[in-house]
Amino acid sequence: MSAAPHRPGDGLADDGQPVVEAVNITKRFGSTLALSEAGILVRRGETHALVGRNGAGKSTLVSILTGLQAADAGAVAFDGRPAPPLGDRDAWRQRVACVYQKSTIIPTLTVAENLFLNRHARGRSGLIRWSSLRREAEQLLATWSVDVDVRQPASTLSVEQRQFVEIARALSFGARFIILDEPTAQLDAAGINRLFTRIRDLRAHGVTFLFISHHLQEIYELCDRVTVFRDARHVVTADVAELSKQALVAAMTGEDVTMPEADHRPLPSDAPVLLSVRDLVTSSGAEFSLEARAGEVVGIAGGGGSGKVEVAEAIVGLARPAGGTVAVGGRALRPGSVPDAIDAGVGLVPQDRHREGLVASMSIAENVTMTVPHRVGRYGLISSARRDALARDTIADLAIKASGPHVPASDLSGGNQQKVVMGRALASDPRVLVLITPTAGVDVRSKQTLLGVVEDVRSRGTTVLVVSDELDDLRICDRVLVMFQGRVVGEMAHGWSDNDLVAAMEGVDLHHV
Amino acid sequence: MSDTLSTTKKPSPAPPPSAAPSSRSLAIARLRDLALVPAIIAVAIVGSIVNPVFLSSDNIINVLQSMSEIAILVLAQTIVLITGKMDLSLESTFGLAPGIAAWLIVDPALTRGLGLGVLPDGWAIPVVLLVGALVGAFNGLLIVRFGLNGFIVTLGMLIILRGLLTGISGGQTFFALPESMTYLGSASWFGVPASIWVSLLLFAAGVVVLGHTRAGRALYAIGGNEDAARAAGIRTDRVLWIALIVASVLAALAGLLISGRLAAVPSAQGSGAIFQVFAAAVIGGVSLNGGRGSVFGAFTGVLLLFMIINVLTLAGVPAQWTNFLNGAVILVALVVSRITGGKAQT
Repeated sequence: MSAAPHRPGDGLADDGQPVVEAVNITKRFGSTLALSEAGILVRRGETHALVGRNGAGKSTLVSILTGLQAADAGAVAFDGRPAPPLGDRDAWRQRVACVYQKSTIIPTLTVAENLFLNRHARGRSGLIRWSSLRREAEQLLATWSVDVDVRQPASTLSVEQRQFVEIARALSFGARFIILDEPTAQLDAAGINRLFTRIRDLRAHGVTFLFISHHLQEIYELCDRVTVFRDARHVVTADVAELSKQALVAAMTGEDVTMPEADHRPLPSDAPVLLSVRDLVTSSGAEFSLEARAGEVVGIAGGGGSGKVEVAEAIVGLARPAGGTVAVGGRALRPGSVPDAIDAGVGLVPQDRHREGLVASMSIAENVTMTVPHRVGRYGLISSARRDALARDTIADLAIKASGPHVPASDLSGGNQQKVVMGRALASDPRVLVLITPTAGVDVRSKQTLLGVVEDVRSRGTTVLVVSDELDDLRICDRVLVMFQGRVVGEMAHGWSDNDLVAAMEGVDLHHV
Repeated sequence: MSDTLSTTKKPSPAPPPSAAPSSRSLAIARLRDLALVPAIIAVAIVGSIVNPVFLSSDNIINVLQSMSEIAILVLAQTIVLITGKMDLSLESTFGLAPGIAAWLIVDPALTRGLGLGVLPDGWAIPVVLLVGALVGAFNGLLIVRFGLNGFIVTLGMLIILRGLLTGISGGQTFFALPESMTYLGSASWFGVPASIWVSLLLFAAGVVVLGHTRAGRALYAIGGNEDAARAAGIRTDRVLWIALIVASVLAALAGLLISGRLAAVPSAQGSGAIFQVFAAAVIGGVSLNGGRGSVFGAFTGVLLLFMIINVLTLAGVPAQWTNFLNGAVILVALVVSRITGGKAQT
């Protein structure tokens, strides 16, 4: 099977009534095209995988298939009949249910009440009869062999039990088509096995699943067919058995617009080790060690839940690690202290510029100089002239599109905001620059500028850590450490192939299958 | 790299997931409602040692009557807190609702110009309840419809309503109230003050509604996870709005009771009461984050507070120290409920 675009429905056998069919779905959010004439067809009784990289349109499709959002164009049909109107929640619930990563269980209520929320068993007086409610809940869970005490508060459920309870609740509405949105992301290996056993059991009872996962291995283990989305479009639908892993990864990555690669001169052999991370253990359990030399650009790659962001935040002091040491130029950093890290010469572009990167209501100048008050003032007083001068330099260096240093950050576009965050990180002339997903949600131009900065600072001897799952970000690195489920599982020298890296991030080994 | 594959490949025959909490922790969870009962018993024992009068029926009725109005405010606040919101303006509604009724009804000839005397006496209770409903509806308009922050909205309302009462009363006290306003607060039914009956009946109704009706459970669902509640088909906006209105009507009714008991409506009626109300609700196990707590628990909270105050009075503690001890009691009670409940009160 090639990765060439196929129309949804291509190559489908005629047997098997579709449980759901979505055709030519288009959905826009503002200027972003989330789905472009995409579609999917799921046949009764199969377990169907939906894969695609971040932003491919999977979640938008799910919200349309579950009736949470209306498509701008296109049609959804269940069992060959058009979908009910959006307001008719009960009708939707009888057709389809979704177990989201984010729980739709109310933690403060008991399991029994969660199962029958807003449809409690009532006596003749109109009052809720808790005893029969509990009995019904026990029966329901017994029917689907979920072993959970219905009297316990839902907050005490494990992730796995919570998923089983949500599946049972969905089935109790009459739905026989269930969407599982990355159900394995928070489970350990044993839990994943139990989940798969349960899914196979339910499939034997005629339940159809749409299974979304970032772990391709799971798809080969569990699913019958797979649909690939990329850049808001349907790319291919095929039997899992007919699609090799290489073809699947290729379908997911596609032919990206390539960014100009940075020029890679070999590091001088006498470059000193500048950043040294020893046996770092994050509070979430991820483990990491690294020695990076002056002028070296090291990538840390991995999918969501790989622990890469936690590791980076522990290095810069945003999060207190459970163990291990970080040293910059031989000086050990105080764990969990951002001021100490800045003092030692660490610059940071945090993961989420809206949350940690910017104060949107403040001006560019104030944002850029936030970490370096001593540079723009004396005796604790800030000189606005010096501050503006420094900000003007940043605006010029990073080609920020703004009329001046007094423009509030909230008035800038995403790419220019990210440049301000980068400017802030650079304002202290860092010896170690840590960039977490530095080009998330920015346009191609800004991306080029932002990545160009890295080449600039490394030539001045700064060590750069690029923490990302974007191939373009990682391409500028001398080497890339790949993390998966909290461990470094591989190191790739500059010149890796896209497929190898993506496969490694997804936990698949193309060469050992 | 092949190591990572094995995480999903190696099917270890795993045992089925076991029910996580032991039956003991379940029992504790259900007993949380009763967490303060031992403390109440302890205070009763200490009280009877301090002064044998404590357990006399007269004193018990005295405690129940002195707490009845605040208790209804606690019930109102509990309803709002369980949905995950809060209503500070209840203490001003507590004063304003009977204040407006008195203003409209009281004869200016009898009261040196206070009041308008434009409504007949019989309108007192409907006016009180209507003012409560209007205040609640306006809170709902700002909080639910316009999505404003509930804390700030009700803080603003607290000040506005207090100012409105001060304005219409000229900062003075309404007196010479009609019989229709004083009856509930001063009458006695079966030898027990009516206000005790009213507050106990309202609490009983609260226990039934919040524990045994879909509407009541909807409050918990919204407070626990509003998105999930909406996904379950609960009309969250409507429920929130009704909860705010009910709470304000209850506060108005409580204000009527105390006005009846004192046969007057001072312009500062209820001022500062909201702190005690919050304290009682939180001590009784109601979470400020919503979704957790019960009407019965709130009742034990307010009962414990007033019993301790009563014991202190019987022990002859000077009145000047009451506030200090009140605050200390609140903190101690929080620590106690933290220990018995096993989880931080938030």
